[in-house]
Amino acid sequence: MFVALAPAAALTAAFAAPARSLVHLSGIDIAVIAIYFAIVIYIGFYLKGTSNTSEEFFMAGREMTAWIAGLSFVSANLGSLELMGWAGSAYQYGILATHWYWIGAIPAMLFLGIIMMPFYYISKTHSVPGYLHLRFGDGARALSAVCFAFMTVLMSGINMYSMAIVMKVVLGWNLNFSIWVSSITVAIYVALGGLRSAIFNEVLQFLLIWLGALLIPILGLVEAGGWSNLKAQITERMGSSYIHLWSTTAHFRDNPMGIHWTGIVFGLGLVISFGYWTTDFLVVQRVLSAHNLRSARMSPIIGAAFKMAVPFIVILPGLLALSVLPFHLVPQDIAVRTGQHSYNEVLPLMLVRYCGPGLLGLGVTALIAGFMSGMAGNVSAFATVWTYDIYGAFMNKKASDSHYVAMGRWCTFVGVLISVGTAYLVQHAASIMDYVQALFSFFIAPLFGTVILGMLWKRATKAGGFWGLLAGTCTAIGLWAWVRSDPSALRYVALSTDAKAMAEDMYRALWSWLACVIVTIVVSYMTQPRPDKELEGLVYGVSKLPEEHDDHWYQKPTVWATVIAVIFVGLNIIFW
Amino acid sequence: MHGHTSIWFFSGILLLAYGVIITATGLWELAHPPAHPPVLYQLHAPIWWGAMMTVAGLIYTFRFHPGTWGKH
Repeated sequence: MFVALAPAAALTAAFAAPARSLVHLSGIDIAVIAIYFAIVIYIGFYLKGTSNTSEEFFMAGREMTAWIAGLSFVSANLGSLELMGWAGSAYQYGILATHWYWIGAIPAMLFLGIIMMPFYYISKTHSVPGYLHLRFGDGARALSAVCFAFMTVLMSGINMYSMAIVMKVVLGWNLNFSIWVSSITVAIYVALGGLRSAIFNEVLQFLLIWLGALLIPILGLVEAGGWSNLKAQITERMGSSYIHLWSTTAHFRDNPMGIHWTGIVFGLGLVISFGYWTTDFLVVQRVLSAHNLRSARMSPIIGAAFKMAVPFIVILPGLLALSVLPFHLVPQDIAVRTGQHSYNEVLPLMLVRYCGPGLLGLGVTALIAGFMSGMAGNVSAFATVWTYDIYGAFMNKKASDSHYVAMGRWCTFVGVLISVGTAYLVQHAASIMDYVQALFSFFIAPLFGTVILGMLWKRATKAGGFWGLLAGTCTAIGLWAWVRSDPSALRYVALSTDAKAMAEDMYRALWSWLACVIVTIVVSYMTQPRPDKELEGLVYGVSKLPEEHDDHWYQKPTVWATVIAVIFVGLNIIFW
Repeated sequence: MHGHTSIWFFSGILLLAYGVIITATGLWELAHPPAHPPVLYQLHAPIWWGAMMTVAGLIYTFRFHPGTWGKH
C-alpha cells in the first residue's frame, strides 16, 4: 500500500544511488523489483477469503502438499542474512562454512521427518509450546512461548536492520525506506492471508532466490576455469585449510574458524542443529501445515534435499570471490573506517561482477525476497504462539474462533511494529544485536533437550520438563556471562584458549543441552510420572502411530531420507 | 488446496514476466553493447537465462492455469 501511494519523487529519491553505492539500478531493474512487490501483495489480497478460521489463518487449513510445505520449510530459514552472511563467512573461513548447511542441518531435518513429525502431527498441536503444554503442562509452555515470542520479533528487527544496512551500502537506498516498505509489505500479505499467504510467498521467494543467485556460481566457475582450478588458486592464496571440510579440524589452530571437530559434530550437528530444525516453531510451523502425516514427514526430507544444494549459491560465490576478485574484503568494522568492502558484501559484489540490467534487478529481488521470507516466517510464528500459547492460554481462554483470528491479524502488525522498533533500537545501540542473538541461542539448545526427552522417554515428568528447560537456559546464560566477564574462561567453556567465537557458541550449546537433559532426568525420577494413557499420542512407546499405506516403495519417506543421508555422507567424504 | 489458484500458477506468471523482460534486455544489449559490460558479457547470459525462464514460465502458467488445474 505504501508503495502504491508514495509520491513519485520519494520513490525516485529512495532509488537514487549515491556515489559510494555498489550498484546503479536501471529502469528495467526497478521494474523487476516492482513486479515482485506487486505480486506478493496481490497474493495476500487473493488469499484473504481463505483465512477466516483460526485453523486456516494459523495453520493454513492443514492443506499443504509435501512439496509446498517442504519448500516453505527451507525458505523460511533462507533469509537475506543467511544468504549474504554465509557467503561472507565462506570468504572469511573457506569451505568450513558449509558445515552450517550440511551437518548443521541435514541430519536434524531427516530426524524431524522420520522420528519427531509423527508426534507433532498426531497430537494436533498448533505450535511447539503447544506440544510442551500437552506433554509437560503450563509451566514449560509459558516459559518457551514467552521466550520464543519475544526473541522472534527481536530477531526479526535485527535482520531487518541488517538488511537495510546492506541495501544502503549496496544500492544507496535510504535506511527508513528499506525498513518501512519491506516490513509493511510483509505485514499486509501475512495479516491478510495468514500462514497460507506466508507459505505461498515463501515458495515464490525460494524460486526467486535460486533464479537470482544461481548465475553467480555458474559464471564464476567459468571465469575461474572450473572447480579444480578454483581449488588450486585458493590454496595458493589462502592455504589448503580453506578447501577442506574436516581434515583441518583436528586442532583449533589448524583452521581459519578456530574450531575442533568435536564442536562441529556435537555442538553444531547434535545440539544447535537439532534444536533449531526440530523445535524452532518458525520452521516447524510450515511442516505442521501439511495435509496428511505422510506429507508432514516428507516435507523436511524435501527441504533437506534443497538445503543440501544451497551451498552452491551461497558458499561457492564466497569461495569464487577469493579467486576472482582483484581486491581483498575486510571485516565490517574495518570497512566502515576505511571505506573498503566488507565480507558481507561478497554476494552483491559478485552479482555486480556478472550481471547487467535485468539480471541485476533479479539478483536484488532475490536478496529482498530472502529478507521478506525470513521476516514473514518470524511474524507468522509470533502471531501463532502469542495467540494460542500466551493470549489464548493465559489471558482469554474462552474467546470465539473469529476473535482469535482477529487477534492473529493484529498480532501480525504488532509483531512487525516491534521488529521495526528493534531495528531502530539497534541502529542506536549496535551491541544490542549481539545480546539478542546470544539470548536466542540460549533458548534453542535446552528446548531441544526438553522436547526430545518428552517425545522419547515416557518417564519424563511435568516438573522434570520445566526445571530441565529452566536449568539449561540458565546454564547457557551463565556460561556466556562467565566468558564475557573473564575471557580466560574460554579454556573451560570451549576446551581451548585457541577457540574462537563460533566454537564457544557450539560448546555452550552442548553444555546447556546436557544440563537440561541431566536436570530433567534427575527431577523426573524424584517426581511422580504420568500414567501411560495420558501420554498416548505424545510419547514414543505408548503411542499407536497411524499406519501409512504407500502404494510403491518410492513413496516411503524412509526411502528418500536414506537417499538424502547417503548423498550427505558422500559429499562430506568428497570435500573431506 | 483445491478451490483456488495454485501457487505454481503464480510462479509461472512471475517466471514468464521476468523471462520476457530479461531476454528482451539481453537482445537489446546484443544490438547496443553497453559501455561498461559485466565480466563474461560475451556469454550473453541474459538471453539464455531469460529464455529458460520464459519457457519454464510458459509451462507452469499453462499447466497450472485455474481453468486446467484441478482436472488432473
